[in-house]
Amino acid sequence: MGTKLLRRSALLALVAVMAIIAAACGNNGTTSGGGGGSPSAPLKVALVAPSATNDLAFTQSMTDALNALKESENLDIAVSDNLFVVDDAASAIRNYASQGYDLVIAHGSQFGGSVEQIAPDFPDVSFAWGTAGDTFGLTNVYAYQAASDQGGYVQGVLAAGLTKSKVIGVVGPIEVGDAKLYVDGFKAGVEATDPSTSVKVNYTGSFSDVGLAAEAARSFVAAKADVMTGSAQMVVGAVGVAKTNEVAWFGTQANQTSLAPSVVVASQVYHWEVVLKQIIDGIKAGTLGGQTYTIDLENGGEVIEYNSDYNLPAEVKAAGDAAIEGIKSGSIQTGVKE
Amino acid sequence: MRQFFTLAVLTATVASGIRLATPFLLASLGETIGQRSGVLNLGVDGIMLLGAFGAYYTALHAENLWLAVLLGTLVGALMGLITAVVSVTMKAEQGISGIGVFLFGLGLSDLLFQKFVGTPLPIDTLPTARVPLLANIPTIGKMLFQANLMVYVAFLLVPAVAFVLNRTTYGTNIKAVGENPAAADSVGVNVARVRYSTIIIGSSLAGLAGATLAIQLGIFQQNLTQGQGFIAVALVYFGAWRPSGVMAGSLLYGMVAAIVLTWKTLGIIPQSASDLAAMAPAVLTVVALVVVARRFRQPAALAKPYERGG
Repeated sequence: MGTKLLRRSALLALVAVMAIIAAACGNNGTTSGGGGGSPSAPLKVALVAPSATNDLAFTQSMTDALNALKESENLDIAVSDNLFVVDDAASAIRNYASQGYDLVIAHGSQFGGSVEQIAPDFPDVSFAWGTAGDTFGLTNVYAYQAASDQGGYVQGVLAAGLTKSKVIGVVGPIEVGDAKLYVDGFKAGVEATDPSTSVKVNYTGSFSDVGLAAEAARSFVAAKADVMTGSAQMVVGAVGVAKTNEVAWFGTQANQTSLAPSVVVASQVYHWEVVLKQIIDGIKAGTLGGQTYTIDLENGGEVIEYNSDYNLPAEVKAAGDAAIEGIKSGSIQTGVKE
Repeated sequence: MRQFFTLAVLTATVASGIRLATPFLLASLGETIGQRSGVLNLGVDGIMLLGAFGAYYTALHAENLWLAVLLGTLVGALMGLITAVVSVTMKAEQGISGIGVFLFGLGLSDLLFQKFVGTPLPIDTLPTARVPLLANIPTIGKMLFQANLMVYVAFLLVPAVAFVLNRTTYGTNIKAVGENPAAADSVGVNVARVRYSTIIIGSSLAGLAGATLAIQLGIFQQNLTQGQGFIAVALVYFGAWRPSGVMAGSLLYGMVAAIVLTWKTLGIIPQSASDLAAMAPAVLTVVALVVVARRFRQPAALAKPYERGG
């Protein structure tokens, strides 16, 4: 009996170890190192993110920005992704700070509480939190956000010009933050172009449920939508439905053309490097936080990237370009408030 | 609300509910077979994820959806063999080993995806298969007989599994092993062999469920199943370990999810209530589980490893 108990315990331990290793393998690991930030040593930057670095959406936009600045700003980058559980992310944020990283980026509005708690414990470490506008009055916290309503507005203008059925579908995750801004801006753009067009919005309640996003998209197709858009990493499911049903798609956060080159019209792409550079310059000059930065159409942090393979009518593109210029000059206001 | 009760909307909603129910049905049928033999497998979700990745990767490179389905099923079978070794031969605590299998599947599927695919690439999805003659029936035809092939496979498996469990010697052995393995052993039934076979069959169906999900969606992503495997296990209890009951539970879950999606699209559910509405399928299923499952008894030897003379 004792031998059998020992054998069962050994097997249980083996299964547990297997599971832990496999679960850990599903995330990128963290790397440790010494301090940096002086002209000769690289600036050590850590990114903590809720989804995969290649999600073609939220996290990828920040990963791409860091990679764009890596050489020019001499960055030593570490990434912990797929940390959608806030406690896990908080643990990673604290670990990076304690390992001497110069800048810890908490990329997710849900991480705000964690940043507010952890930052005071590491006054010599700079924290950047987004998408948000609150630095909690802390001198070592930067905040960054996107005026995603602007790009949403432009894409709404384009969508209203494209639709023949006058029904447009929007697949949203949760009605909060960046996603809400984008959706509200999109609706405003459609309304400003053609008030008779119906915009149907479905917030699935999840940032990551690809199946729900796909079914939401199918419900829009059943409702005769011939143009759709959506936000968050779960939209890959919706894009697949758009592709199958030849429904035009507008992407956001990252360029989604590769998902469905035949139907993706354009994507509002975030270039976080525009504000990251300002944050990094601030750190190098000795300012560790206390400011909020916003990417928008005017400063180039948001860019509407058209799919050159999509046959977009010239007059529709002209309307979109006019909307971009109008927002940049201030003559067009989206009217969306956070 | 009136806009919901139009033929076009109702038809699309029912078709969506059936489609949503399909992966649950496949996974829970497999788990039913395993649990009837006395083995609890909480690793269903992990096996679904590995089956989903296997199918997705095959579809991506071989561009053959049926090969993808086959590979997803085989991946499930392989995971079933591993699960059987742990649960039957090594007699591990099944609840804990099942969670281990789930975590293993969750991590390994994501690791393989990151290493061998990286950025999500779309694959072809299952085409619609119209059942001759039946698909032409007004309204009903569109609801029930114009779906992808995996939907028909899943629902045809219900009477097939019921037949095997209730009308074959093998089915009798499964139930005997699940109720009283010692008595079954005494009359010459090889308990270990029966449990091995049910776990492998059940896990194959879990792999098939994952493959179906991936090729219905046309994409793979980390944690694609979002816990559907655990819902499938709960549906086995809801269905009182009967294939027809499991089918009813899967359809309930799928239909409620489809109705919530449609009502959101039509604006019947306001955006302010969106999060609450998202809970509805799970809440309703749990309520139904509490009401229905209390009247039925689980297999007497469920989750109890068998040891001759023990």
